[in-house]
Formats: sequence, structure tokens, C-alpha cells
Amino acid sequence: MNAGKSPVDNEEADKPVLTRRLDNMFFTLYDVSNFVVRFFKEAFSPPIEFKETVRQCYQVGYRSLGLITLTGFITGMVFTKQSRPSLEDFGATSWLPSLISIAIVRALAPLVTALIAAGKVGSNIGAELGSMRVTEQIDAMEVSATNPFKFLVVTRVLATTFTIPILAMYTGFVGLMGSYLNVHQNEETSLATFFEGAFESISFLDLFSSLIKAILFGFTIGMVGCYQGYNSSKGTEGVGRAANAAVVIAMFLIFIEETIVVQIVAALR
Amino acid sequence: MQKPKVHIDKDKVVIHIRNLVKSFGDLHVLRGIDLDLYNRENLVVLGRSGTGKSVLIKIISGLLKPDSGLVNVLGEEVPLLNTRDLDKLRLKIGFSFQNSALYDSMTIRKNLEFPLVRNLRNLTRKEINRSVEQVLDAVGLLHTINQMPAELSGGQRKRVGIARTLILRPEIMLYDEPTAGLDPITCIDINNLINEVQQRYNTSSIIITHDLACAKQTGDRIVMLLDGQFKRQGSFEEVFDTDDERVKTFYDYNFLNQ
Repeated sequence: MNAGKSPVDNEEADKPVLTRRLDNMFFTLYDVSNFVVRFFKEAFSPPIEFKETVRQCYQVGYRSLGLITLTGFITGMVFTKQSRPSLEDFGATSWLPSLISIAIVRALAPLVTALIAAGKVGSNIGAELGSMRVTEQIDAMEVSATNPFKFLVVTRVLATTFTIPILAMYTGFVGLMGSYLNVHQNEETSLATFFEGAFESISFLDLFSSLIKAILFGFTIGMVGCYQGYNSSKGTEGVGRAANAAVVIAMFLIFIEETIVVQIVAALR
Repeated sequence: MQKPKVHIDKDKVVIHIRNLVKSFGDLHVLRGIDLDLYNRENLVVLGRSGTGKSVLIKIISGLLKPDSGLVNVLGEEVPLLNTRDLDKLRLKIGFSFQNSALYDSMTIRKNLEFPLVRNLRNLTRKEINRSVEQVLDAVGLLHTINQMPAELSGGQRKRVGIARTLILRPEIMLYDEPTAGLDPITCIDINNLINEVQQRYNTSSIIITHDLACAKQTGDRIVMLLDGQFKRQGSFEEVFDTDDERVKTFYDYNFLNQ
């Protein structure tokens, strides 16, 4: 099997440059960078897979809408309920709409949406592409002269990048409605007064940074899910691993991105 | 069942391979393969699992790159082609996968339409429907047109997989283990279908298998892959008329399993 190579040569070749773990990490980083670069190359070169991208947008939105509605509403309502006692001590419950809207718009809406989408959509993308890889469906696309990267990866990453900001806006709205319900029950505030208070403290920078975060989160969820699924191997075990890694890595990256964007926005403010 | 006689055009070589080498790390899979596939010929590549049979046809279709050697398909040097030219060549090559590789999320109709609508964009809906129905009818599965792949049996999936490759009217067919995992009766059906495809569509084919019944029934010529090289070639009888223990063991094992 090792024709032409002495055992010493093989040992030399097997020796890690740094440590095996660090070597693997750099190899993976190189691989991921190539994957991202390929995405941008393919995304901006014709033909554009418009129909499939729209179909994927629908899938991403449809898959997460129910859970996002429920979670967003409960988050808004519970956050208001938990914040009330602290403000009541200072007789400042009228600040509730503005406090809640700042929390929801700046942090909760994009974050909650992204975490739910990572679990729901990211795992689905990882498992779907992983199973396509191990059952040779991706190879079948390639031999029928279709670019599987463009058809499967580019469309899904674009779909999550476009759809998650829209879902985040929706989560924000639903969250504020949940909050309004609690405020209305206690203070009998009207909807117009509530939203007037809520938007009083929201700046353009808040909305813009929230949108940027949601776009980043969407891109991350799509990219991680596709990378894990597209490069899946080792049969059904590999599919499970791809789905799991798609969620765990995406969530980890989402928190890192959140931290970085918050620092940048704080510096700009 | 005897294989029907087909006129093989030995003046026209459709696949020409010389000194093909492919390794995966320390695993040397193909060690200098030479192969010529003639026009309208069914060539069977026999060999045990893991000997690199599938690697060979994946290199021919451009799914894998060889380490070295000449791979010429229909006059094109496959490893040197850019993506656009490789895609053009792929329209002339049909690849039937071991597990059929049907798209799970699409109906049979959509599966068959997929290569058509993506490659021949000027077709009308009527023309697409007619092509889909024609090839499905050719493999005897027109009634499954609106079903999902998961609803079909293994043999039916193989047939649909073959139909999907036929829809683009390929000049070369590559079959990867066409009878693997099928019962003996379905195997005979698939073997007959491979012969029918050769006759009706005038294709030249490479059939990768370790099933001797399939080799005997479909092959105009048989080559045997041993230690990464073609050790024996000729008719079925010629290949197995040898004292080589590995070839005899292969024959005996298949015989005992029939």
C-alpha cells in the first residue's frame, strides 16, 4: 500500500506542524474561508437562482414563524412583568414602554430570532444537505451539469440572510404587543400611547445596528448550516453530526457577533 | 438470458484512458489503468468492493480528479476542462448511481424534469412533459410520475435513476453497481433494461459491478480490476479461464451466492 515510501517518510508526513488539534483548526479555518469566498463568487455570477431563492425564503420564514410568534410574544410580556417591580419602587412605571422597546429593538428581537432560527432552520439545512451529500444527490446534480453549490448553498444562505432580518422585525413587533398587553392590564394605557412611549427612545442607530445584527446572524446561520451539511461524510452518523454542529457553532458565533456589534455601536453612540 | 447482438463500432473510441493513477493519502487505488471504450459497446468493470471501480467512473465524469494519466472522453481531456466545458461534456454522459440518488424532496416528475429545465431552457412545458413521460414509459414506470422517491421500491428507484439520465439523451452511460441490493428477479429486469438502453439509445456504457450475472448478461467485454490495474479482459469465458486464484475465488464466491 505504501509503495515508494519508507516508514520514516510516512512518520515525517504524519507529524503535525504545531499540534494535531491546532493543525486541524487551521485546516478547517482555511476550508471555511474558501467556502465563504466561493459563496460570494457564485452569488454574484450568473445565472441567478431567483426562483429557488424565493422558495427557500418561504421555507425559512414558514418554518420559524409559529415558534417566533410565541417566543417573541412571551419574551415581551414576561420581560415587562419582571421589570415592573423595579420601576414601581421609583414610581416610574411610565418608563416601561421605553425600557422594553430599547431592550427588544436593540438586543432581544434579533437575538431571539437568530437563536430560534439556528435551532429550527440551521439544523434543517445541515441535515438536508448532509443527507443529500451522503446519498450522492449532490454528485447527481453535478453530473447533470447543475452547479450544486449555487443551487443548494447560495440560495439557502441568501434566504436566511434576507429572511431573518424580516423575522427579527416581526419578533420585535410581536414582543412589543406582548409587552403592551401587560402594560394595558396594569395601567390601562392605550396602544397609541404605548407605542408613542416605546418609539420615543429608539434612535436610528438602534434600528440600524439591529438590522445589521440580524443580517449577520442570518448569514451565519445559513453559512454554518450549509458548510456542515455540504461537507458532511461518514453516512447517517455524519448527517446527525452536521445538524448538531450547525446549531451549536451558529449559536456560538451569534453570541460572538452580538458582543462585537454591541461594542462597535457603543463606541459610535 | 443471452445478451442481444449489437454492432460495436471499433473504429470509434469514445473513452480513451492511459496510465490513470489515483490515490487517497497512502491508499493507492488506481495504479496505471489503460482503457478504451468503443462506440455502442457495453464494457463491464468487475472487481471486489473497495478496488476503485466507482473511483474510475467518477474520474471519467469529472467528479474526481486523477493524480496523473490521460482521461479522454468524446475527444475532450476531462481533467483539463474548465467548469463550463465540463458541464457541456456532462450533458453527453449519463451517470446511474448505486443508490439511484433521486432527489428526496421532489416528485418523480420533478426529478426527471430537473436536468431538462436546467440545461435546455428554451423548452416549452408541453415538450418537457412529453420528454418526461417518454423516458418514464421506456423504463415502464409512467404510473409513478406523481409519486415521491420514498414511495418506490429499490428496483423502481434504479429504473427512475436510469430514466433521469436518459432524458438528456446521453452518448455514454456509466452504471455504478446497477444491481446492488436488488432481488434476483429485479436484477434480471435491470440487466434487460441496460441492454434495451444500449439498443434503443445507441449508448456506449461502462457497467461497474461485482455481480457476475449482471456482467454476463450485459457485457460485450469484461475487464477485471485487481490491485488497481486491469489484470484480465475479454469475453466472460475468457476472463474466468485462468488459474489466478483471486479470479477463481471471485467466480466461486459469486457462483455460491447465486
